[in-house]
Amino acid sequence: MAAETQNARTQVAAPALTPPASMMGMPRHHLLIFLGLLALGLIGPFVLYPVFLMKVMCFALFACAFNLLLGYGGLLSFGHAAYFGSASYVSAYAAKAWGLTPELAILLGTATAAVLGLVFGALAIRRQGIYFAMVTLAFAQMVYFFSVQAPFTGGEDGIQSVPRGHLFGLIDLGPDRSLYFLVLAVTFFGLLLIYRIIHSPFGQVLKAIRDNEPRSISLGYRTNQYKLAVFVLSATLAGLAGATKALVFQLASLTDVYWTMSGEVVLMTLLGGMGTVFGPIVGAAVVVTMQNYLATFGAWVTIIQGVIFVVSVLLFREGIIGVLGRWLKKPL
Amino acid sequence: MTRIRNFTLAAVAATLLSGTALAETAVKIGVLNDRSGVYADLSGEGSVVAAQMAVEDFKAAEKGITVEIVSADHQNKPDVASTIARQWYDQDGVDVIVDVPTSSAALAVNDITREKNKVFINSGAGTADLTGPQCSPNTVHWTYDTWALAHGTGSAMVEAGHKKWFFLTADYAFGQALERDTTAVVEAAGGEVVGTVRHPFPGSDFSSFLLQAQSSGADVIGLANAGGDTINSIKQASEFGITQGGQAIAGLLVFLTDIHALGLETAQGLVLTESFYWDLNDGTREWSKRFAERHDGDMPTMVQAGVYAGVLHYLKAVEATGGKDATAVLAKMKEMPTDDPLFGKGTIREDGRKVHDMYLFRVKTPDQSQGPWDYYEQVATIPADQAFRPLNEGNCPLVK
Repeated sequence: MAAETQNARTQVAAPALTPPASMMGMPRHHLLIFLGLLALGLIGPFVLYPVFLMKVMCFALFACAFNLLLGYGGLLSFGHAAYFGSASYVSAYAAKAWGLTPELAILLGTATAAVLGLVFGALAIRRQGIYFAMVTLAFAQMVYFFSVQAPFTGGEDGIQSVPRGHLFGLIDLGPDRSLYFLVLAVTFFGLLLIYRIIHSPFGQVLKAIRDNEPRSISLGYRTNQYKLAVFVLSATLAGLAGATKALVFQLASLTDVYWTMSGEVVLMTLLGGMGTVFGPIVGAAVVVTMQNYLATFGAWVTIIQGVIFVVSVLLFREGIIGVLGRWLKKPL
Repeated sequence: MTRIRNFTLAAVAATLLSGTALAETAVKIGVLNDRSGVYADLSGEGSVVAAQMAVEDFKAAEKGITVEIVSADHQNKPDVASTIARQWYDQDGVDVIVDVPTSSAALAVNDITREKNKVFINSGAGTADLTGPQCSPNTVHWTYDTWALAHGTGSAMVEAGHKKWFFLTADYAFGQALERDTTAVVEAAGGEVVGTVRHPFPGSDFSSFLLQAQSSGADVIGLANAGGDTINSIKQASEFGITQGGQAIAGLLVFLTDIHALGLETAQGLVLTESFYWDLNDGTREWSKRFAERHDGDMPTMVQAGVYAGVLHYLKAVEATGGKDATAVLAKMKEMPTDDPLFGKGTIREDGRKVHDMYLFRVKTPDQSQGPWDYYEQVATIPADQAFRPLNEGNCPLVK
């Protein structure tokens, strides 16, 4: 097992050290996957229902942001709903009450998540393992409590009928298709950014810290700074996903900040493959699809979800993409 | 592409058929509610059964209306509800969504229905905003709302001599609103509020709050909370023997299935307002008996009854207008008086509020109960003209 990960890591590391084989220093199969995803994204709305696809993309970005922290930073946060949800509230409020244009609303929401991530992260990274998870959960519950109580969040009803507005004050985002391409652009920007972070020297140090923190310290890295940085990045990108989601559904509600949302993103990441670039996307797609298309089965959705989770943990612990990557002998 | 083609075909078909009186109309009804969570018992599968019964009782097939019913679980989440509602309207050709408990989910569906110009008949949700500031020409709020419950329970209790109130309030917008509304009612009726305590939401341990309420000297303890909080506070109140000590407990948002789950031993003496009870009259008994046969012997709640009556009235309007154009059907629904065996005669106001009598019930003691599901004793009838918020007080933009 250890030898395998060792092996996988050198393979990941290799392209970064050798001169870029192709665009942006991506190995060819990654480039192909990205192009494939982009192609899927472009034809998607003409085949499937756009709102559903937008939901998948928002959650894919959220799961990838979470995976940046868990899969590459080795930090299990159990409170990522706080960043996702608070960004969604702020962006919804900004768009509705202040009439900001969608791009400003999304940016403002994302910035809120970044600030929250900085404050909570600075305190949480002082602890490790289960204590870290508990501290993040506690902070997330504080955000939840705040969302229930604060007058501007609308309590249990949430912020409803958020206008989608006009992008840059020009392009009407009312029709699903036009909003779809904005969401596609945002998601792709987020994914490429995460990819870049993972494969940068910063990402290499992160992986070193994940695998052996004392050794990284002995090599002279200030690990806490790296951990804080990745925490803030992850929170910010989770916020980007949340802020976008608020515009897609035209609402921000307690669901987004509740702890089950934090749990759901863990499920997506583990199901797709923790520590893989594309795993969380697949995980998010699987979970959202189940929630969407199995909604008719009522109570069975949660049971089916649970069974799938148990099966995936028992049979393919590296997640769908993790196992696939092992078969193909290429890190995905 | 196929969608455009379908749309054109539908448009052509509609123009061809609109002239004939016996036109075949295909209607698709979506029952959107909680099928796995806390409201699954009071809405859930029972609401689907109720909708099917409405279609059968209306004899839709004989009248040239084919009806298809689809259902889904919104898990009490507004975002899930809004995704399903959008998909139903955009892709699956659903014409009307019914039920939708949980206020936040109902408000989300309310917005989407208005945007897509379809029909939304809400039975499960309580928020009075649906016919207030958020009112929509496309929404009919059938069964009850928080204003009606607070008003019914508040004024009837004070009239019955319970003048001193103490509130146990869930500390968030909904609970505070319920407390504020009921306080106004109680004071207007000549009662007084001797104290109030806020509990965190969601709460699990209510003992200290209940002891405070018990020692306050109040005649009535009003539970301004909902769902699991109400169940827990009633359970714990029973452990403290509060009703046996002479104080009454008024649940402001309690349903028949909650009483069934709690059992009479625990829930006895609780006073509550509902718009329907299976044992009200011959009409409700006959229907409820048929309902129970199809739903594992469970008696219908007022929410399920509202789904039945709402679907029935909708189909009548479809028959009367000879089509399913949302604007025409809605106008017809509001113009025609409603009449069904469950809620009797009533009307739908321009703000979407369905108006009928409400009833104040007291939960029987185990000795008084004659058999399964014999839970309520009727204390008072609140006539339709007093049961709901007056049209001009709701701040509904449609009312001028």
